Amino acid sequence: MKITNEVVENHGLKIDEYSNIKKLLNREPNLLELGIFSAMWNEHCSYKSSRKHLKNLFTKGTQVIQGPGENAGVIDIGDDDAIVFKIESHNHPSYIEPYQGAATGVGGILRDVFTMGARPIALLNSIHFGSPDHFRTKSLLNGVVSGIGGYGNCIGIPTVAGETKFNKTYNENILVNAMAVGHAKKNKIFYSKAKGLNKSVVYVGSKTGRDGIHGASMASAEFDENSEDKKPTVQVGDPFTEKLLMEACLELMKDESIISIQDMGAAGLTSSSVEMASKGELGIELNLEKIPCREENMTSYEIMLSESQERMLIILEDGKEDHARKIFKKWDLDFVVIGKTTNTNNLTLKYKKETQGEIPINALASEAPIYDRKWIKKKLPKKKIDLKELKKVKIEDALIKILSSANHSNKKWVTDQYDQMVMCDTVQKSGSNAAIIRIHGKDKAIAVSVDSSANYCKAHPITGGKQIVCENWRNLISVGAKPLAITNCLNFGNPENVEVMGEFAECLIGIRETCEFLNYPVVSGNVSFYNGTNKKNISPTPVIGGVGLIHKLEKPMNHKIKKDDSIIFLIGKTFGHLEQSAFFEEVYSILDGQPPEVNLANEKNNGENILELIKNDLVNSVHDVSSGGLIVALAEMCMGSGYGIKVNKPKKLTNLFKYFFGEDQSRYTIEVNKNNTEKVEQILKDSNIFYENIGTTQRDFFEIQDELKIDVKELYKINNQWYNNY
Amino acid sequence: MNSSVVVFPGSNCDRDVAVALKKMQFKNTMVWHKETKLPKSDLIVIPGGFSYGDYLRSGAIAGKSLIIEEVIKAANDGCLVLGICNGFQILTETGLLKGVLLRNKNLKFINRNVNVKVINNETKFTNKYKKNQILNINIAHNEGNYFTNTAHLKELNNENLIAFKYCDQDGNIKESFNPNGSLENIAGIFNMKKNILGMMPHPERMVDSLISNGDGVSLFSSLLK
Repeated sequence: MKITNEVVENHGLKIDEYSNIKKLLNREPNLLELGIFSAMWNEHCSYKSSRKHLKNLFTKGTQVIQGPGENAGVIDIGDDDAIVFKIESHNHPSYIEPYQGAATGVGGILRDVFTMGARPIALLNSIHFGSPDHFRTKSLLNGVVSGIGGYGNCIGIPTVAGETKFNKTYNENILVNAMAVGHAKKNKIFYSKAKGLNKSVVYVGSKTGRDGIHGASMASAEFDENSEDKKPTVQVGDPFTEKLLMEACLELMKDESIISIQDMGAAGLTSSSVEMASKGELGIELNLEKIPCREENMTSYEIMLSESQERMLIILEDGKEDHARKIFKKWDLDFVVIGKTTNTNNLTLKYKKETQGEIPINALASEAPIYDRKWIKKKLPKKKIDLKELKKVKIEDALIKILSSANHSNKKWVTDQYDQMVMCDTVQKSGSNAAIIRIHGKDKAIAVSVDSSANYCKAHPITGGKQIVCENWRNLISVGAKPLAITNCLNFGNPENVEVMGEFAECLIGIRETCEFLNYPVVSGNVSFYNGTNKKNISPTPVIGGVGLIHKLEKPMNHKIKKDDSIIFLIGKTFGHLEQSAFFEEVYSILDGQPPEVNLANEKNNGENILELIKNDLVNSVHDVSSGGLIVALAEMCMGSGYGIKVNKPKKLTNLFKYFFGEDQSRYTIEVNKNNTEKVEQILKDSNIFYENIGTTQRDFFEIQDELKIDVKELYKINNQWYNNY
Repeated sequence: MNSSVVVFPGSNCDRDVAVALKKMQFKNTMVWHKETKLPKSDLIVIPGGFSYGDYLRSGAIAGKSLIIEEVIKAANDGCLVLGICNGFQILTETGLLKGVLLRNKNLKFINRNVNVKVINNETKFTNKYKKNQILNINIAHNEGNYFTNTAHLKELNNENLIAFKYCDQDGNIKESFNPNGSLENIAGIFNMKKNILGMMPHPERMVDSLISNGDGVSLFSSLLK
């Protein structure tokens, strides 16, 4: 086949990129080689638009064992325990085929984690759909939720937390981000770097089929009206095989047989082999006729570009083949030696001894293009919204409107479809600030949460970037965990658009600054560009997945009120910031103005002190104040428990809407026993923390003096109806 | 007391059951599905999960596996057999328990705590519970909708072979508190000799006070008696 400009473009490569390929090879590539370049040089695999910015992220800390660049990040949680975790997007496939797209998203991220020697212990997800009244939303929601459940439930890893959001910005490009968290022994972490010459390269797992060919390239382009035609690029998941693969790999990892291991994710056999060779500064030779194929007459091109799931590449120590084969045979999985490491520094592809492709590894990896794309700064929006100009509403009606909205409703309909309890270490599941997972057989635990704030990021990316890291940190603090590190999934539009690139660059500035200030490094992550259809880009949606440590798990902390007649304190200062709030969005459909300001010094001080209060057993319950403001936080504390609160009128004369619905940051609500209030107040005073005594818990009723009184059961009903009525 | 947990490819509650059994002082052995001999056991547990990926029909392939022959033999000799969730499905596939487990009425996977009522507490499995005791216990399944023919249903009732039924928090057995569409709200049944119990709820998830209530404890302690 002649490589014409059309063929080049069909591979998602630019003409100047193609000239560069010819230069690197000193010749024209054949079709197989072109396909391999296209797989390695697309945005998804090469991070060509993002790399320049990603290297500025804050990634260091004594808790970090492995930062970005491996299959997943690794952190130290004391003793000989390590936590391995990462988040990844599967947006494009999930929009085309929601069940399989979401399912294989979960499968892919699980492989990233167990590839490193960790047994996965928790799954999380962040899923974003278009407006509920968009004609595709309902079926996408159904498909994605059952896909996530279908995979996680079957493989037997609990799905413990997540977020499900709706916004018209995702009408034609939903987001499906999946995060996996695993536990490993600190001295038993496995990496992808190849070592040694003439070592056996082994293929294990499922057979290779024709599914997912060019999946990574598909994920590196915008959608248009022909997106339906891309269905064959979506992979099909088989959680059962993944379960076998996971058990077999973990069994083989018990001894010293493995030199390096890499899962076949995006761009399948191509990227896994190149990655291993590139990191090891070696060459790799593959005999493609040996690849176990699901279908007959598969070409080398198809074999190299297939994204069939549940496959791994392993480089074994000499003489370990039989031992390893026995384990994979026990689990009924394919095990084939398909090649070896070489000193050529080339990727050499042979079919029955005939060399069909030969590409320098560097050309595919380090020489892949890097773009310094143009970007523009976003000014802080000026527009102020005057409450006086808006139609008057009652506080009670506004609260009901928010609690019954798609975005603030109880997500039980979603989470009931996920097995949250399997493995029997889920101390606290979805529906709280963060989930708590016990380290099996020990008395310590980790807390995990995923968060995003697309509206804030859209309004002002730097502030939005800061805010999500803070919100995530706050969620972990609220369950008594010391936040250790994060993974981020950066979902953005087309990077060739200067505004989108600006959103990306500036969100990252906000994330970096916050991570550094809070000593909360990024250890892994994923970038997903080209989220949009026909030039309409999604709002910038970085998603943060955080992991924190609970040293000694005695009394898991949550947001549910524990008893009546205790005092509720509001920690942190309330300014009444209503722009970009749930109040304006849900009640008036206004999304305008600046996001709330983030003060990192207050964030840190408030958070550390809350953690101290929890450690000293001085609080009964803790909630962070986020979307919906103080009133929603308080209502959630009530609905979680059945107890109510009697809230005093704010002492200073102030606008009640601003006071109750404002989304000022760094705030928490805490429940304190009356006999502990003095101690708590002293600690807060000593740390110069602003706080208010805002009310007392009581039975049955959520009440604001002179304003509203609602039965908590009624609130619960209001908060639980949206999904059932949808 | 010696117990064996049978592990199929795709079982995923095997470790959970083993942990619970150990906590309850059982001497437990894990038995891989390709084995052809069971260790001497007083209790065999078929755990939850997705044996063989639930291909064909949940429990169908496991019901024809090598080790299952041994389980059937042992059961016929009077050994106690407990099938939980996928284990219950497998037991119906072997014929050790009659009836079938259909897809949940709402066609969705359901994981949540539900109330179940102890219907028969005069068995090896349930003697530590009170009659009509209400348990709050976790379910997690796609196919828990128990169905059987009229003759067998009659037999279940006449011979007191129903172990648990889904109910509300006061013990009322109502259709609105039937999570999966199960016939007569059935959550678990015995065979005629009452040495085999199949149940959809997961007692092994309810033995650790840090993660749940202790409503599963009595099931295991009943067996120790």
